[in-house]
Amino acid sequence: MAVCIAVIAKENYPLYIRSIPAEHELKFHYTVHTSLDVVDEKVSAMGKALVDQRELYLGLLYPTEDYKVYGYVTNSKVKFVMVVDSSNTALRDNEIRSMFRKLHNSYTDVMCNPFYNPGDRIHSRAFDNMVTSMMVQVC
Amino acid sequence: MQLASDISKTGVLWLKARVPLPLPGDSPASATERLFLCVETSSSLCVEGLCYRRRVSPSCLLYRLVWPSIEERAPILDSRKNGPCSQGAYCLLEGAQLYLPSPTNYLPKGGKKNKALEKEKHNQGKQISTLTVPENITELCGAKRVGYFGLTQFYVALKLIAAAQSGLPVRVESIKCELPLPRFMALKNDSEIRYSNPVEFHGMKCQIPYVTMEKNSFKRVDDGEKQDTMSPTMSPISSPPSSPSNYQRVPLTYGYGKLRSGMDQIHAAPYEARQLALQQEGPTSGSHGPKPTRRQTSLIRSLSVDREPQESNSNYPDDPWRITEEQREYYINQFKSLQPDLSSFISGSLAKNFFTKSKLTIPELSYIWELSDVDCDGALTLPEFCAAFHLIVARKNGYPLPESLPQTLQPDYLQSAFLKPKRDCALFDSYSESMSVNQQPRDLNRIEKTSIKEKVDLTAPAQDVNIDDKQALKISSVDEAMPKDVCVDTASPKDLNTLKARPRSRSYSNTSLEEAMKRVEEPPTPPPRPQKSHSRASSLDLNKVFQPNAPAAKPGLLPPPPALPPRPFVSQVLHHNTSNDSVSQPKPPGQLPSYGDFRLPEQTDQVSEIELHPQLTRTPSQTEESGSPVKKDLPPSKPIRRKLRPENQIMENQEHSSVSGPSTVPTVKPHAPVQKQSSKQKKAIQTAIRKNKEANAVLARLNSELQQQLKEVHQERIALENQLEQLRPVTVL
Repeated sequence: MAVCIAVIAKENYPLYIRSIPAEHELKFHYTVHTSLDVVDEKVSAMGKALVDQRELYLGLLYPTEDYKVYGYVTNSKVKFVMVVDSSNTALRDNEIRSMFRKLHNSYTDVMCNPFYNPGDRIHSRAFDNMVTSMMVQVC
Repeated sequence: MQLASDISKTGVLWLKARVPLPLPGDSPASATERLFLCVETSSSLCVEGLCYRRRVSPSCLLYRLVWPSIEERAPILDSRKNGPCSQGAYCLLEGAQLYLPSPTNYLPKGGKKNKALEKEKHNQGKQISTLTVPENITELCGAKRVGYFGLTQFYVALKLIAAAQSGLPVRVESIKCELPLPRFMALKNDSEIRYSNPVEFHGMKCQIPYVTMEKNSFKRVDDGEKQDTMSPTMSPISSPPSSPSNYQRVPLTYGYGKLRSGMDQIHAAPYEARQLALQQEGPTSGSHGPKPTRRQTSLIRSLSVDREPQESNSNYPDDPWRITEEQREYYINQFKSLQPDLSSFISGSLAKNFFTKSKLTIPELSYIWELSDVDCDGALTLPEFCAAFHLIVARKNGYPLPESLPQTLQPDYLQSAFLKPKRDCALFDSYSESMSVNQQPRDLNRIEKTSIKEKVDLTAPAQDVNIDDKQALKISSVDEAMPKDVCVDTASPKDLNTLKARPRSRSYSNTSLEEAMKRVEEPPTPPPRPQKSHSRASSLDLNKVFQPNAPAAKPGLLPPPPALPPRPFVSQVLHHNTSNDSVSQPKPPGQLPSYGDFRLPEQTDQVSEIELHPQLTRTPSQTEESGSPVKKDLPPSKPIRRKLRPENQIMENQEHSSVSGPSTVPTVKPHAPVQKQSSKQKKAIQTAIRKNKEANAVLARLNSELQQQLKEVHQERIALENQLEQLRPVTVL
């Protein structure tokens, strides 16, 4: 299950971060922060190719004992980081991909809102609902 | 307590009072005095009903209260004719307090008014005795909560009775409709007169301002004198639904006092309501401080809501999410003001600016957008816009925003509701206009007439032909138009369209229209028209000129060279020696001072233009072919028009420099002498001189306009600072 979902801006500051359960929030924030290095590494590795050829889904960034961290980068260099509980082995790669796709769609909907200034924190209720469904459903 | 169970059913309640009650018209001899009483028991329940007083013993008075439900009104009435009925439970309530709707208790000393009210109440009490007030009415009018029928509750109750009798649902909102007088059994002419007299006496002949109870709050309440009585009931009406907890014991006097003091405001406010006046906010909010809803109403008014006659919403009185006809028309009008084409979109930025004026917070607006933009495309169609507007209105009225878009606000629902009545109306022409390119000139005319200052970015979809032109700046489109005699008519409108489509050229479109018309009028010129460059400069200057006028314009930012005005002007000037003044005048001068800088940016434009309009290439290569030495500032010319090319380039430079800033040094590019005749050069020089003068005038005008804007911004800033200071001490305290 997704225990933590974060949206990181291009400048590597968080636009949205949410985690379940709440007591490990600090730990997940730290995890997401450290995973950004891995994201950059992967992006630069692929970065030689044109952006079009670069795949958005980065895959497993790094695993730990308790959980796995997956990454996804949009074309505007906005990163989605998802921390998934390792105990849930039923999660397959394409499921993770679909979750990222949903995230991306919701994020673009948020961007479409003219009252949203890119770079602001995301307060959209629709986005929250989607993330909640993802965190609960995968649970 | 037993009373509770008794209240729930129709019945009779005996009350034992320790002291005789000062019933009006007290006649101890009458055994069955019918009076209208409210009883507040120790359990704070309020029971209203008829009271039959019966003296049981000298020390004890039993009052029998009868409160029938509506269905059982008949039997009670019948029984009343025969005397006190014996149905229901009997209960002795010790310590029950009886509150009488005595005018003397709750009205400020007002001499005549009191007497009249007293009399009226007495009469009404008698009348009401024949028609017991149902419990829901008493609850709605607030008497149940406060425990007595004060003046305000009395009026409200009467209104509700009238509503119930006329078949409307007994709700607070029904009061706002124009209702006939409630009919009572014993109603006679004299009683009617008595009823109306106090009304007139109070002089409450004002129209009731909006009561922001529901979505219809911003509708005008057209009412006659009958509704004057409801004006004093504003406080209880608005308070029960919105803030029942705030209602206090004293509010009757307070409300009445407010009524009397606020009568003037009430008088003023409704009359002002017809106008889009912000100052309503002052009196209305001032006079009804505890009524936040009214303030919201005035805020709604400040949103420039149309004051249309109230339409009966009896179809959907309960649904705040349903758009009524007047609202829909208003929304459509607002949509048209932003985007004349009703079938097109309103862009996100446009809608954002518009909705921001509603003074809602950004997160709320963001949420409203989320709800209303169902296809999440960043633009609002007409149904989406209406839904968003409706949500904003509801939010301003105090309604919490829904979790999801209500069904009545869904675009497909609104679409079907909209299009049916709208097909026949004159809006159709706006649809048809945007359809065909041929109608573009007309469309442009209308667009320009409707709102010069509005961005018409969204007209681009209807003018896809011009998208390419857009990329090459409007100059190219204009250039394209110029050389093609055949396409003059269509091209000019296309140019105008592109001009209009560009955000900053909206003001320019005026001039472009004139130029287009002149373009059409001009005799067909040979394809090469080098003088078109002049139009570019003029167009740019026009933009500069009109930009300060636009509310959203940023004086500091000058647009890149917009589309050229019709070149034929220049060509005419140069070749035909026609009335240059008339031709060149519409083009804003001001190109002269800044020729030098113009050249470089123009050249890039030229490159793109070349791609699109081979005849109008203004590439730097043209400079090689430049003919006459360029001394004056003329717009860049087409390559074919060699003699004018240098002049055109100079004009380009002038335009660019004018964009960057007023630089009065026309750097003339030295060109190799062309094979053109000197006479034409002289004419060109004269034209350039004239244009320089015009440019100077335009720049002077621009300066004055900018100064004006600066002053306005200063004033706004001062006002905001004042507001901030006013707020600051409040927060500090």
